Amino acid sequence: MKSSGLIAGVAALAVGLGVLAAGLWLAGYDAASALAALWRGAFGSWYAFTSATLVRAVPLIIIGLGIAVAFRANALNIGAEGQFYAGAMAATWAGLHLAGTAPAIAIPAVWLAAATAGALWVLLPAWLRLRFGVLEVISTLLLNFVAESLVSWMVQGPLQEAKRIYPQSDPIAEAARLPLLPGTRLHLGAVVGLVLAVAVWYVFRRTVWGFELLATGTGPRAARVSGRIDIGRVTAFALLWSGAIAGLAGGIEVGGVSYALFQNLSPGYGFTGIAVALLARLRPLAIVATGVLFGALEAGAGAMQRDAGIPAVAVYVVEGVIILVVLLADAMARRARTAMVLPDAEVEPA
Amino acid sequence: MTPVAEGAALVGFLAASVRVATPLLLAAIGETVTERAGVINLGLEGAMLAGALGSALGARGGPWAGVAAGVVAGALVAAVFAAWVVGARVNQIIAGTAVTLACVGLTGTIYRQAYGAGGAGLSLPTLGPLAVPGLSRIPVVGPALFAQPALTYIALALVPAVWWVLYRTRVGLALRATGEASDLARAAGVPVRALRFWATVFGGALAGIGGASLVLAQVGTFAEKMTAGRGYVAIAIVVLGRWHPAGVALAALLFGAATALQFLFQALGLAVPYQFFLMLPYVLTLLALAGAVGRAEAPAGLAKDE
Repeated sequence: MKSSGLIAGVAALAVGLGVLAAGLWLAGYDAASALAALWRGAFGSWYAFTSATLVRAVPLIIIGLGIAVAFRANALNIGAEGQFYAGAMAATWAGLHLAGTAPAIAIPAVWLAAATAGALWVLLPAWLRLRFGVLEVISTLLLNFVAESLVSWMVQGPLQEAKRIYPQSDPIAEAARLPLLPGTRLHLGAVVGLVLAVAVWYVFRRTVWGFELLATGTGPRAARVSGRIDIGRVTAFALLWSGAIAGLAGGIEVGGVSYALFQNLSPGYGFTGIAVALLARLRPLAIVATGVLFGALEAGAGAMQRDAGIPAVAVYVVEGVIILVVLLADAMARRARTAMVLPDAEVEPA
Repeated sequence: MTPVAEGAALVGFLAASVRVATPLLLAAIGETVTERAGVINLGLEGAMLAGALGSALGARGGPWAGVAAGVVAGALVAAVFAAWVVGARVNQIIAGTAVTLACVGLTGTIYRQAYGAGGAGLSLPTLGPLAVPGLSRIPVVGPALFAQPALTYIALALVPAVWWVLYRTRVGLALRATGEASDLARAAGVPVRALRFWATVFGGALAGIGGASLVLAQVGTFAEKMTAGRGYVAIAIVVLGRWHPAGVALAALLFGAATALQFLFQALGLAVPYQFFLMLPYVLTLLALAGAVGRAEAPAGLAKDE
């Protein structure tokens, strides 16, 4: 099972890059040098790998883990972008007020503020789902737009820099900034991503709550009639944890990369994170791998634009195609399995 | 304010409400048909974006050629989505997310390829307001409702048309049966998968017109990611309108009015940061959903992979 998933993933990557190369060739670009630039930007040197690829992978991995927690419980949280910004706002606010403290206090305080804000941002959708049956797909999505406007107001209002020239906050206190790997821009957030991946894996595999979460996601009716699982409670907690993790990603981005709040802090990490989680089939350890892959694509895209003059947004096509190919491979595998188990049954009802 | 100025502000507010609502209504009416067949298309944002770029490119042959190109682009995007969710029966939410992601990349790349890195100075022939003789003379309502670009009238005409097809024809009955109970519909001889496919393509085509109306009847140019989530908002509007054309039209106008409030409040000189007006429509939609959805039922088969 696992190896077939890996094969499908590699095949999907190949198809995605093939589509990119074909499209660039049709548009009259030099496809070979474009792909070479993509590779150089992502893996060309130790500095490129750590400071471009991994720095972009960190938020994608953390958000992807948050998405997995919600999606595994069949709670479709599409609002990670908004929760990321909620976390970033809280982290900036906390980071500005922590001057003079020790990093051992300031850094956890920033993380706590960010995670709390992310959870609060998803509290309303969780409540609306439980109380009124409002689809969380819609409510979490709508709150993304609210978060964007809120950030825009913050950087021109309460959190704007003291000089009041640019729409951005003042830099956060030194103590709240994450330590870097010497000679690179890679920060402590990478360790957080790895630890969190193992933690989520452990929760899914070894804890009662993880079992309830997966049972709610795979067979909500069975889970309900068993009488032992409170579906509403499990769904709400899955959403809240998912929001907290996405918020933490925002806090880590502020503490490790930007040191300040900006309007376009996230180049769509909240949406790419969904793709990262889905490509890993919501498996926590695989999310680390797909996060690095998508981090590499986005890092390489920058180099492609610089060196070969190709718009960086072209990699979104690659990302979309990868997901579509994996979906197709899964559907075909499912059909083959059904055909094997039920040789006489009608597989194709339509 | 003088009574005359108040009247002008009111006309401006109503006209702006209808203008903002038009692309949303077009996309939402199409998505209503799609969802009634049991498919939720999060690729709608991508279809709308493709429609916007398609119309900008097609408008070299005049504004109506632009509209036609927008329809084709939106329908093509939805056809890819439908091939995956109806053909291969994959998860609709995931496939929709992937399609939108790919469309953001594709439109951005094509746009820069066609117009250069800056893409500045792109100005297109637009669809000007078309005053309906007689009706546009009605005080207040006339200039607001009946002096709009032609695409607004098309959007408004689609509301009763789609209602009639859904509730008064055999195709509409088969479509609703497909969304509510596909097994029963199939047993009764309804071509379930074909209906789902074409209902999705229809939704994409209308999202394409929605994108075109944004470019040709409002902004007059294309910009990357210019739909700015309107495709997603259209899906929320379908839910808010309880999957009924009349309800959807009302919900779209409500969202338009909530967005247009900022023009009215600016005219009144209220000192509230503009970002709060930008948030208002989304917050109101969220609150309205809480009130509306509790009593409404989604099509029973919505987003089921079968």
